[in-house]
Amino acid sequence: MAAHEDADSKRAHVGKKKVAPKRYWDSTEEKGKQHAEEGQKKDVQDGERKKKPEGVMPGVKRKRKDKAGGQKGISGTVDPFPGSAHISKEKLNKFRRGKKKNMSLDASGRLKYRLSRSEVASDLAQKQAARYDLLLPEDAGFLEGEEGEDTCTIAQEDIADAVDITSGAKYFNLSLSQFGPYRVNYTKTGRHLLLGGRRGHVACLDWQTKQLNCEMNVMETVNDVKWLHTEAMFAVAQKKWLYIYDSKGIELHCIRKFNDVLRMQFLPYHFLLATASATGFLQYLDVSVGKEVAAICTKTGRLDVMALNSQNAIIHLGHPTGTVTLWSPNQREPLVKILCHRGGVRSIAVDKTGTYMVTSGLDRKLKVFDIRALRPLQSYLLPAGASCLSLSQRGLLCASTGNIVQVYQDVCGTPVKKPYVAHRVRGSVWGAQFCPFEDVLGVGHSEGFTSMIVPGAGEPNFDGLDANPYRNAKQRQEWEVKALLEKIQPDLIGLDPGQLCQMDRASWEQRHQDKVQALGFDPLAKEKFTPRLKTKGRSSTGKVQKRKKQVAHEDQRDQIRETVEKRLEKEKEKLEKINTDQGQRSALDRFRK
Amino acid sequence: MAKKRKVEKSGGALKTSSTSVTVSQKVHDDDDDDEQELFKTDDTVISASEDEGGSDDERKHRKLLDAISSLGGKKRRKLAERSEASAQISEFSVSAEGAGEKITLGDLLGTIEKIPVVDKTKKQLKNLQNRKDTLELPLSRQQTEKIQREVAYDKTSKDVSRWQSVVMRNERAEQLVFPLNQEPSGPKKVEQVVVGWKAQTPLELEIFNLLRMNRQPVNDPVLTPVEEASLKAMSLDEAKIRRAELQKARVLQSYYEAKAKRERKIKSKKYHKVLNKAKRKEFLKDFEEMRRTDPTAALEELQKMELSRMEERMSLKHQNSGKWAKSRAIMAKYDNEARKAMQQQLEVNKELTQKLAVPSESEEEEEPEEVVTLPDFVNEAQPVDPTNPWMMGKLTAEAPEPGEGSDTELPAEGARQQENPEEGLEEEEEVIEEEEALLRGFEERRKLRQSEDGDGDGDMVPVTTVETEAILDERDASGVVEISDSEEEEEAEVSEFNSLFQKLVEKEQEGLSRLRTMEDMDLLSQDASIETSESAKRSALTPGSEETAGTTTPQANVKKRNKKKMIDRDDVLTKASKVIKVPMAPTAVEEEENEEEQKMIIKEAFAGDDVISDFLKDKRKQVEAGKPTVADLTLPGWGEWGGIGLKPSRRKRRRFRVKVVPPPPRRDQNLPGVIISEKRNTSIAVHQVSQLPFPFENPEQFESSMRTPIGNTWNTQRTVQKLTAPKVITQMGAIIEPITQEDFIQGKTQVTTGKQPDICLTTGKGQGPQRRTRGPQKKGHSKRSQQKKRKSKPI
Repeated sequence: MAAHEDADSKRAHVGKKKVAPKRYWDSTEEKGKQHAEEGQKKDVQDGERKKKPEGVMPGVKRKRKDKAGGQKGISGTVDPFPGSAHISKEKLNKFRRGKKKNMSLDASGRLKYRLSRSEVASDLAQKQAARYDLLLPEDAGFLEGEEGEDTCTIAQEDIADAVDITSGAKYFNLSLSQFGPYRVNYTKTGRHLLLGGRRGHVACLDWQTKQLNCEMNVMETVNDVKWLHTEAMFAVAQKKWLYIYDSKGIELHCIRKFNDVLRMQFLPYHFLLATASATGFLQYLDVSVGKEVAAICTKTGRLDVMALNSQNAIIHLGHPTGTVTLWSPNQREPLVKILCHRGGVRSIAVDKTGTYMVTSGLDRKLKVFDIRALRPLQSYLLPAGASCLSLSQRGLLCASTGNIVQVYQDVCGTPVKKPYVAHRVRGSVWGAQFCPFEDVLGVGHSEGFTSMIVPGAGEPNFDGLDANPYRNAKQRQEWEVKALLEKIQPDLIGLDPGQLCQMDRASWEQRHQDKVQALGFDPLAKEKFTPRLKTKGRSSTGKVQKRKKQVAHEDQRDQIRETVEKRLEKEKEKLEKINTDQGQRSALDRFRK
Repeated sequence: MAKKRKVEKSGGALKTSSTSVTVSQKVHDDDDDDEQELFKTDDTVISASEDEGGSDDERKHRKLLDAISSLGGKKRRKLAERSEASAQISEFSVSAEGAGEKITLGDLLGTIEKIPVVDKTKKQLKNLQNRKDTLELPLSRQQTEKIQREVAYDKTSKDVSRWQSVVMRNERAEQLVFPLNQEPSGPKKVEQVVVGWKAQTPLELEIFNLLRMNRQPVNDPVLTPVEEASLKAMSLDEAKIRRAELQKARVLQSYYEAKAKRERKIKSKKYHKVLNKAKRKEFLKDFEEMRRTDPTAALEELQKMELSRMEERMSLKHQNSGKWAKSRAIMAKYDNEARKAMQQQLEVNKELTQKLAVPSESEEEEEPEEVVTLPDFVNEAQPVDPTNPWMMGKLTAEAPEPGEGSDTELPAEGARQQENPEEGLEEEEEVIEEEEALLRGFEERRKLRQSEDGDGDGDMVPVTTVETEAILDERDASGVVEISDSEEEEEAEVSEFNSLFQKLVEKEQEGLSRLRTMEDMDLLSQDASIETSESAKRSALTPGSEETAGTTTPQANVKKRNKKKMIDRDDVLTKASKVIKVPMAPTAVEEEENEEEQKMIIKEAFAGDDVISDFLKDKRKQVEAGKPTVADLTLPGWGEWGGIGLKPSRRKRRRFRVKVVPPPPRRDQNLPGVIISEKRNTSIAVHQVSQLPFPFENPEQFESSMRTPIGNTWNTQRTVQKLTAPKVITQMGAIIEPITQEDFIQGKTQVTTGKQPDICLTTGKGQGPQRRTRGPQKKGHSKRSQQKKRKSKPI
């Protein structure tokens, strides 16, 4: 009876633990029938079991299921939406990684299988990502003027009045006229703001709640301020040295190795603080271990124009010769040098995707470059040049000339004729940055700080695991630990971030050369022969030379000997052949040479 | 003693027979040596039996021996007597003493004949009797063992190879869950559950019985099997008709093909000639008719004819110029037929090349004639290749520039430069300086012209303020703020800026030695093309000058090109810039800063003077540095006279110069404004894969398989789980049995017995859950499903 029950449960495809209750009709069934059933059941189950080791990617299986989707169910109803939901091509393209090549066609056996599997896997990843794109519902909107109205003529006050009260509160001015033009920096999450006045005033605040975290005067010229990986620490480039403070304003470090720093950039995934100094040095400080990773003498004089390509962590430096140079900590010379302007370069901005670089120069031009192809895309002539450039997450460009802040929409693609938003601040602009995940542009100028509303500037969808504007302390701590664990080594910085998954195609010689250079000696080199010292006049110079000569070029000699032997052998063979051939010589052979 | 020997002999004979019997059944004896001995004895026996003829002699001989032995004494004899009995009748050996003769096989058979049962043995024995040949030597032990091993290996390998597919499958499996044969947990699909469902309660049983009895469908309640069958039957006729049609078409086609083939194979020339003629006639007739009825088609035909005519005109086919025709020509004098053949050829040619007299198209036809005589390109200017600068006789699109006229003196300069193209670097720099001085002159002249232009043009107002609200001082008005629409206005404005700059320079009287401004550079770069090497010098060479220089410059340039690559200066920084309108103008910067800062800015701006040529110089230097150096191994004075002022001979130098492989093309080769470092990034090379991993055959395959990241930063959670799923999963505490034979030959052995489940889902094309399985199982299933169908079909 128990056996029968077991069979029953199996048949019903319910877990083994569930035992069907005993029923009155159970006894009525015949034994023979049971056996037959059991056999059949086994069959069915095997069918299911076999599915697992088949080695088919889940994606494939899914596909097949999808095809069968439009059929009738048990109830006879037809699925009105057969198969999986359609994914639009644009979305698929958005998540495409590399070019898909059908490699498995010319492969065979194991390789073919492996390639096709990886192909399926990448397809799956792409499709899934495209599907999940649905979960990013926020959309960015832009300011739209009425007919005949330029959006750039709309005043900030009007915008602030029109929007809701919380958004309206994001337009504000801080009147700080005492300590000179201000540099601005937002944290990666966009919550905190750091202000650095030229005359020593440093303040950090949670700008949305307007809560001041710390404020101090360092009593020295402040060239630049930068947040480190969290809002707990920031770096200040002061007149002589580089200082690091915590959010309470307590001086944590004074880094004497970094002197005369003019501009700084922080590489969040590498935990590197890159500084450009007046002495022409580009230095990298690993803030996680406090070590200087690289110090590169650029030999280009004062470096006061700097930008970071967040895609590949390459530092862009602008020079008075009109060139922009691209640097990585791994190379002593610029990776790329681009001639951008006829005059000196005043400011650089690189967009989030690492595709475009915008530069402005003393020749009053604003140029857009495609930094993957290193080709100029657009060139604009601004009435009075642009001193400060900044690109928002969604590609809006802020260019400030004097005390006018202009924001342009889509400078990279279609040529623009007029700004999208323009605003006049009280003093000449010294630093400007778009706030991440907010439609806000922070402008530091000689009269303080202005936060202005630029609709459509910020990315509406944030990645909670990467930069969460709403994270609490606990989440921040966890994120910090994870980020430290996932820290990317500075070795991996290069122009092409995907280089790591490419094969090193250098020749053996090349690699050996590298190794020699890294080690400082050749591990494969033969030891030089030094003749033993012999007494009684046997170590005279002549004798020593003689002995040296005996072993000199040993390997070369061996080689020569071998080749000679080979040649002799060949000749011998030839002779033999001729001799043996003589038996069948024809009469005409005598005329042969 | 003698008797003993005899016994032995006969015994041996017996043995032979017995062994010969047994050998046939036994495969091999164990010991080789023994057998050899045995055969030796056999030989002796056989020889003895051959001597049987003289048995009397033998007997005598035995008697003699006996007598001799009896001579030895009584003791001996007694012993012999004693032993005789045992020799005759022994329980261990059979002696032939009684018969006195050797036992033959026939004797044995005689007794057997009486026994009725052992027929088989009898036959075998008889066969043996008839057999004359001796047995072959059994194989040596080593050989037999080898054979045995081979056989055993084959067998086991066959046995083991049955596992191959299973092993492969498991190897390839994305994931293996141990223990292997485990039913998946979790909820199941309805279909899966229902497949195994059976009527259990009496009520259900009854219902299903009823349904089955009446042949009612269980799953698809629309049609009964009878109805379905009738439906099917209806379509049969149609199918038949269709099939017949198809058959007929196929047959016709094959007939036609055969016919065509046969006709093609016919070798008779006459036949073909007649055929062709008939065809042509037919065609002409058709054409005439077509002209009347369907003019467009006729036109097309005409064109076709025209085409054939053209082809004929092009080819030498019927021109009597071939090998055959020539031979005919020789023969033609004597042979009438050859002459005829030639005539025919010419006729064909004539016929084919005859112009078609269609009056409407006569004009059109004349054109090709003209083309033949005088190709277009003779008269017309060639299509200008934009990439080839020497083919351009005209200025580029931006030609009407103010600086054009002043540049005409340059060719002389250029020519002078070309006379001594290869000089040291110092010389070059000198040249550059001279060049720059010249340029300065041009620049001034140009400025003059520009100012004149500005005066002349009434509508070109230097400053047009549109919406300026701020109060601007003069400097700002001219230099910093400007709202302009057109390029020209912009230029004019720029000239003002220049003048301002000039003024500043004059004031300063220091530092800026050159007067070149950005705008001039603009102009220069727009209309000048220069070489990398003599960038400054070349910068002044405008197309206008090229025109006047005529032949000399291109030649010289061509000569140069071998040595130095050209960077077209046009390509550097030539993005036509768009002017942006700004509604607001920046307020005047603070007064006290203004003047000084502006000066500073301008100074800084022109610190590097000619940015472009500097950059190009830099680039050239880099390119040079990247080139491998040519090693000159010539030893002066070796093998010839040496000394001051003596150079090794040219031949020698050439011989000892080690040629180096040219480096791969630089990545910035086609990017004039860019220098890309060619240095290898060794730091990342440490982390890269340096050797191709196993199954891959080329790096592309490897890279394509690596291109998708698997981390959760780039993928959805589910994808990450799937991509990083472990290859093997074991359950804690579960016993993992070794795989058994049943696991993979189950499908074959499964006999489809018993009843099928009451509800069998035959969804669509049989894509039930069972169908998804693969491997040997499939067979069994399909069989079963067939059976099902057969059962359910009405008869």
